[in-house]
Amino acid sequence: MATIHVDGKAYEVDGADNLLHACLSLGLDIPYFCWHPAMDSVGACRQCAVKQYKDKNDTQGKLVMSCMTASTDNSWISIDDEEAKTFRANVVEWLMTYHPHDCPVCEEGGHCHLQDVTVMTGHDRRRYDFRKRTHRNQYLGPFVAHEMNRCINCYRCVRFYNDYAGGTDLGVFGSNNNLYFGRHQEGVLESPFAGNLTEVCPTGVFTDQTHSDRYVRKWDMQFAPSVCHQCAVGCNISPGERYGEIRRIENRYHGELNRYFLCDRGRFGYGYVNRTDRPRQPEWRSEGRSEQADDAVALEVDPALDRGADLLRSARRVIGIGSPRASLESNHQLIKLVGRDNFSNGIVAAELACLERMAQLESSCGLPIPTVREVEAHDAVLVLGEDLMHSAARLALAVRQAVLARRDALAEARGIPTWNAEAVKTLAQDSKHPLFIAYPSTTELDEISAGSWQLAPADIARLGFAIAHIIDENAPAVTGLDETFATAAQAVAGQLMAAKRPLVISGGSLESTQVLDAAGSIARALSRRARRAGLMLIRREANSTGLTMLGGRPLEWALDEIVEGRADALVVLENDLYVRLPEARVEAALDTATALVVLDHQRTRTWQRARLGLAAASFTEADGTLVNLEGRAQRFYQVFDTSYIRPESRIHQSWRWLHALRISLIRGEDSTITLDQATEACAQDYPALADIVASSLSADYRVKGVKLARSPHRSSGRTSLRADIAVSEPRTSQDPDTPFTFSMEGYSGFDRPRKEVPFAWAPGWNSHQAWNKFTDEVGGHLRGGDPGVRLVAPRPGAYRYASDIPAAFEPQQDRWQLLVLPRLFGGEETSSRSAPIEERAELPTIGLSSADAARRGFEQGASLTLETETACLTLPLRCDQRLPSGIVSLPAGISSEFSSGDWARLEASGPDHKEARE
Amino acid sequence: MKAISKDSRLRYHCQLRQSAAERQADTHPLTWRLREDGARVGFEEYCAKEGYQSATHTLKERTPDNVIDTMKQANVRGRGGGGFSAGVKWGLTQVGDQLPRGYLICNADEMEPGTFKDRLLLEQLPHLLIESMIIAGYANRSYYGYIFLRGEYVEAASSVAMAIEEARQAGLLGSDIGGSGFDFDIALHTGAGRYICGEETALINSLEGKRANPRAKPPFPGQSGAWGKPTVVNNVETLCNVPSVMQHGADWHQGLSGRLSEDGGTKLYGVSGLVERPGLWELPIGTSGREILERAGGMRQGHTLKAWLPGGGSTGFLLPEHLDLPMDFDTIGQYGSRLGTGVIAVVSERQSIVSLLRNLEQFFARESCGWCTPCRDGLPWTVKILQALERGEGKPEYIEILEQHTIGLNSPRTFCAHAPGAMMPLESALKLFRAEFEAGIASTSLEGVS
Repeated sequence: MATIHVDGKAYEVDGADNLLHACLSLGLDIPYFCWHPAMDSVGACRQCAVKQYKDKNDTQGKLVMSCMTASTDNSWISIDDEEAKTFRANVVEWLMTYHPHDCPVCEEGGHCHLQDVTVMTGHDRRRYDFRKRTHRNQYLGPFVAHEMNRCINCYRCVRFYNDYAGGTDLGVFGSNNNLYFGRHQEGVLESPFAGNLTEVCPTGVFTDQTHSDRYVRKWDMQFAPSVCHQCAVGCNISPGERYGEIRRIENRYHGELNRYFLCDRGRFGYGYVNRTDRPRQPEWRSEGRSEQADDAVALEVDPALDRGADLLRSARRVIGIGSPRASLESNHQLIKLVGRDNFSNGIVAAELACLERMAQLESSCGLPIPTVREVEAHDAVLVLGEDLMHSAARLALAVRQAVLARRDALAEARGIPTWNAEAVKTLAQDSKHPLFIAYPSTTELDEISAGSWQLAPADIARLGFAIAHIIDENAPAVTGLDETFATAAQAVAGQLMAAKRPLVISGGSLESTQVLDAAGSIARALSRRARRAGLMLIRREANSTGLTMLGGRPLEWALDEIVEGRADALVVLENDLYVRLPEARVEAALDTATALVVLDHQRTRTWQRARLGLAAASFTEADGTLVNLEGRAQRFYQVFDTSYIRPESRIHQSWRWLHALRISLIRGEDSTITLDQATEACAQDYPALADIVASSLSADYRVKGVKLARSPHRSSGRTSLRADIAVSEPRTSQDPDTPFTFSMEGYSGFDRPRKEVPFAWAPGWNSHQAWNKFTDEVGGHLRGGDPGVRLVAPRPGAYRYASDIPAAFEPQQDRWQLLVLPRLFGGEETSSRSAPIEERAELPTIGLSSADAARRGFEQGASLTLETETACLTLPLRCDQRLPSGIVSLPAGISSEFSSGDWARLEASGPDHKEARE
Repeated sequence: MKAISKDSRLRYHCQLRQSAAERQADTHPLTWRLREDGARVGFEEYCAKEGYQSATHTLKERTPDNVIDTMKQANVRGRGGGGFSAGVKWGLTQVGDQLPRGYLICNADEMEPGTFKDRLLLEQLPHLLIESMIIAGYANRSYYGYIFLRGEYVEAASSVAMAIEEARQAGLLGSDIGGSGFDFDIALHTGAGRYICGEETALINSLEGKRANPRAKPPFPGQSGAWGKPTVVNNVETLCNVPSVMQHGADWHQGLSGRLSEDGGTKLYGVSGLVERPGLWELPIGTSGREILERAGGMRQGHTLKAWLPGGGSTGFLLPEHLDLPMDFDTIGQYGSRLGTGVIAVVSERQSIVSLLRNLEQFFARESCGWCTPCRDGLPWTVKILQALERGEGKPEYIEILEQHTIGLNSPRTFCAHAPGAMMPLESALKLFRAEFEAGIASTSLEGVS
């Protein structure tokens, strides 16, 4: 601790920080540009100058850059000093000499850090009266728009993109005041974290292209605290809505999870919410499958519920199929409707087996699950069977920080403060904490790894078991291990044991319980040696962890019950069965079922088969609870009311539909239900989920006696939002489920700590830099506590080493083992329905080792047909130098006819076939 | 006057204008070996002129700490313009069992406007630099030396490259130099032509293949320099003083300047501009500007001296009345300027100060690395104002804006010394020749305010 004196007032601070960090954490305002809490100080922009005095009696003092000055004990500084204030205004004046002053047409306007700082410094008169230099802009892909003329050269973009996120295709070109931040030539930004540039950039150089396409100002949007639904990490997000459409997604600060950054799938994958073909009313289809045009008729809510109840009433046995992309509340209401014995969680058996194994490992192997932030503090990482950049991108970014954190350790040892970013980088050069990756293919993280091995799943498991055995000889040994394997295992085990905080990461991407068992064995072995080790297991979908806790049978079971006549009706919750299982298998069940009720927010193939379709709310129109891969239950809140702009729509939250359907079915009286009731009901029925009630705010939460506002207080045009529909203005939508209002009315300040913040705003801080006003210290935790509660705690001692060690993988002559590998863009069901993601997704290919391709005479790019017993698929070949022989890979999201572990044949497609495809 | 190309004009400047008779080993340690005909002194000739004796002797007889102590006592101050004691700098280099041996870098990126002193040594006497670097590398426990040479110095590049090879052949570079157990080698790196690379940390970044942006100090290069290792960066002329200091001792070095200056040793002084005989002279440090100017034959016919820059484009203007000041670091510093490189540029009464400054500031604006705001965006503004004044289209407020820039672009507001250097001539000119600036203000705008 240190005492610093700022403008005559004494404050206690953590002396390890720089003065800027310390002062911002104290709530004092110092303007800045090049500094960023996640990227520390470089001293380039000179905006954060303050006066520093030698001691109490020094009246002269000298200017220092607060970001480059340590907050040592007994520092005397002045922010309010005239010379410092003049200089800070000068800096903005200089920046403005080349800034186009185009705020009225700039997408950043209204949430622009440059605007905020300009106002803060008081620079308001333009004296520069010469010409400004101009630049050409670049096309950077479907996500990020580029307007270089606005650039104030703070270097944050390249520091984030290259240093923090490991990108290579964004650079700074030129020198003097002719700097250019862009790509060496136009083209799509390659980093999956490029979208963060829109927030890292303090002005409007990098803006959200998807927002630009449907632009509104920040103050005119409605926001809610939300949770990303595009993978299992559960990053906190802040979606903004206007006129019934989501306009953009911004990062919502969570001190233990995503902190300042999101991946591009999460940020730009929301387009499915805005699709015009979404079901917005209940739909009824006549009996028998219509091969011709869809004959669906729209229904009102009550008739829909009546018909639904009739359908279920006349069924002998109703099976409910839940969904790992739906909330706990919705799944629970489905369970209540059909009964536990009739509930499938909608997950296919192979994946469910992995999920259950993961839950078992986490609760018994003795190692805690680190938070995403804690991952960054681990000093050795082993990744078994995951390509994190594709299966949990935000976590990959955290692993990168863990690996680079060795820089800080070296700097500390040499007395260089860790916030001195460039100095730390210079000192450490290529030093990194060890990262080891075993995966069938190469991964983006390989280049910062100390070792990576491309192996078949069985061999990944064997490597893992071998590592476990070296760490703890009580773990079973692997027989018949070859030399290279043994050496690799020794190297990894040695580094894991030498580390203070080793971390094991694995997951279900390869659908191999053997890989998971191997990871569990290592974790178990480590738990006996390292006190602060961790185990992190990757799930695929937003609520995969939660659904595993709810239980339920696999999807195949549900279909079998129908096909085999043990049940005759299906209620499917937010789940497209066709993307999970082969078409024939799904059709067989749907053809047999006498009744099919589907709740979804997307017009999926399953929806198109429904007798009754109930228009469900997507995550932006619904409230609910998800459990992420950290075992953290998190609440997401409704952003807007769909019926306000579209009065004809009959979209409701799935849990509300299902509750109402159940009440109709039992001819009950009161069909109303609130979120709090739904959450409590779920918590009551499932003791493991008891804490979800406390995971967030209940509907009766108030600050200063009022609800919380969803819109900034400058929100405009509320009375004319519906002017094109009717001149009379209806009452603002009411929200019985949450403590938020659908308007600017209510509390939106920053000084009262609260867990759930719809949008970051504080007086003078209109940009998302305002998050610093909500945290206990800059880059720390929300003062009201980070959202969510952790549900999973390890219980040491109960785990027994798995002894089922697989035999080494043997490549076959004419058959290949198929692996469906996750992919960030295009590999996830809902985000793939968004146009920019579709555009960003790479063309699907069949991956084959170069050796196998050469052996069979297949050429790169040639059309290949992949054949199993039941299906075939033709795609171009991508020769993969490092893929193990005998393996063929397929990207996720292409076809549900194939699953990992299948054995397939490969044939070159004839020219006819090729032409037909083209 | 016959037309001469830019390069040959510079060659004409870059000559030592002292006879061999004047240049004795005990009074002219830097230049006594130079040939009368200006040709390069080769390896054999250098050895014949006591070459490499100092290095071999030092490696054998002195400890690294002893070398550093002697350098401290001799008070050899940085001849690149900084004036920081080389011995003290060496003493701050971190060494220790836990630390890697680092680098010695010779800053030969001589790009200061009007300066061509290092070029003389690089072209004509490269072995003196090699010998100096062997001793400096030994003192600093460096395991490798780099000569960062200005890219345009093509002749110097071949001269130095040849010298490195000759020394290597003779076993003076490489492993176990002269049986001393000391390993050291040197590589020549030619720059791509940026003034900022003369700033030692920008030089290091450039050497590493990065953008030539300066680094924040601390940590100083001695703590974490090239590739994160302890690194010493010294100017060519500074280094070239080392062998004679080792040979004759610190007191001898101190005594070279006699009573002229507190600073010891000699200095390669020079003059460029409208004088009769531009060129270079090795003189005791503290020699007056008047003597140097007289050696240059005084102003060219028809010209009278209006002002002079004592040591390059980033030093402040001095007036004829300052000609009798001793040209050393501390004295010149007291008169609102700096000794800088010690190569004088004269300004004739017939030359416009505003135009001259416009030229200088255009250079400094162009050479800004673009890292920090005041330098990157402030310098171009001053250029535009000076251009407007030059055209007679200035506005009354421009002079005030220029004055504000001389404050706003000064230390410690900027990241490095580039912009403060650029402001030095402007600041002094605004004081000394204000009328010339005011003359550039358009009369129409004057009517507007009165």
